[in-house]
Amino acid sequence: MKRTIMVTIIVVLGAIGIATSWRRFATAAVPPGAEQVVHITAKRFEYTPSEITLKKGVPVILELTALDRDHGFKVPEFGIRADLKPGEVARVRIVPDHTGRFEFRCDVFCGDGHEDMAGEIVVVD
Amino acid sequence: MTRHLDRREFIQLAGLATAGVAGVVFSSGLRGVSFAAGKGRAEDFMFLQMSDLHWGFAGPAVNPDADGTLDKAIAHVNALPHQPDFIVFTGDLTHTTDDPQERRKRLAHVRDAVGKLKVKKQRYLAGEHDASLDRAEAFKEFFGETRYTFDHKGVHFIVLDNVSDPTGKLGDDQIQWLRADLAKHDKEAPIVVLTHRPLFDLAPDWDWATGDGSAAIEALMPYEYVTVFYGHIHQEHHQLTGHIPHHAAKGLMFPLPAPHSVPKKAPIPWDAANPYRGLGFRTIESQSGGDEYALTEQSVEKA
Ligand SMILES: [Cu+2]
Ligand SMILES: [Fe+2]
Repeated sequence: MKRTIMVTIIVVLGAIGIATSWRRFATAAVPPGAEQVVHITAKRFEYTPSEITLKKGVPVILELTALDRDHGFKVPEFGIRADLKPGEVARVRIVPDHTGRFEFRCDVFCGDGHEDMAGEIVVVD
Repeated sequence: MTRHLDRREFIQLAGLATAGVAGVVFSSGLRGVSFAAGKGRAEDFMFLQMSDLHWGFAGPAVNPDADGTLDKAIAHVNALPHQPDFIVFTGDLTHTTDDPQERRKRLAHVRDAVGKLKVKKQRYLAGEHDASLDRAEAFKEFFGETRYTFDHKGVHFIVLDNVSDPTGKLGDDQIQWLRADLAKHDKEAPIVVLTHRPLFDLAPDWDWATGDGSAAIEALMPYEYVTVFYGHIHQEHHQLTGHIPHHAAKGLMFPLPAPHSVPKKAPIPWDAANPYRGLGFRTIESQSGGDEYALTEQSVEKA
């Protein structure tokens, strides 16, 4: 996709119903437990955790949930974005192939502080 | 002092603008290619652009006169020797708030403040601060629709809304609407597009873009005389996409740094030695039947 990092957005699912089909897909795609899952929550005006350290070349699945209202998740260098909605889990698969620090930020206007709603993905060797 | 720019010179304008050259004339489209086509289509007139009032913002380090800046700008407009035909407000009339009551209070204040302008013909656009938390519900109560068209002395004005959707998109519906509106006009019609966010990718990582702005630009491309005026970035900026010039206006609360000039976008602190620096409004003279626009940057206070 983009310059530095190969990224696949797997799916953004509505809460319960589709969750099963996701699990089936995940099971089929990779052996159980083979991929690290990182949970990230978003609420005005922060992500928790706000810094995620990943290992170069190791695929990871980000599971993102909004706690209070709609937010966005955008990593410009990766060329990815996702909509985060309360009660839903957005899943993004990343295979970092470059080390460095990459900012992610909210791109759904969420109030006074929206501009500062950001975090970093740190990719190490 | 007034300078005319051809398309080659356009790019250098930022330098001129920062050098304080007032009254720079931009061609609106493919002038020189079909120069003669533009003659006699529209009467000359002047309008005024005010943007990013951010009423309700508080931050003394950024603007210690947050409550007084707008009134000073209004007094300056009222004192202009030539009053504009009309005034456009290109969004962020208020600073955002989570409280719907407070939002309405701020909108009401702006409505009353701009009521003191001598020029009563006014057109309003929403910014994301006004509209993104409630899809423009409160804004519409005070200032009406967020997308519309109007005509003035032969120039067709199109107001686009890229803020009611909190993701900063126009949406397919609006793009269809734009296409349908454009289809009613011939390719040589003088057209002005007013919008809050830039339609092109000025700095998407700073939120200085419109998600699907390229679709709007594509729809505008076949039209020879199109000029876009917008706000949102709180500074003067001029850029071409193909033959279409895009002009950003200064704000009236706090200036923002040039795109990607600093690692993190943040308001430029108040400069006590140069109060109101980086703030202001502009007058826009439509000349040569909508072929050219003379932009004059004005300071908050009368010089
Ligand atoms: Cu804005
Ligand atoms: Fe603004």
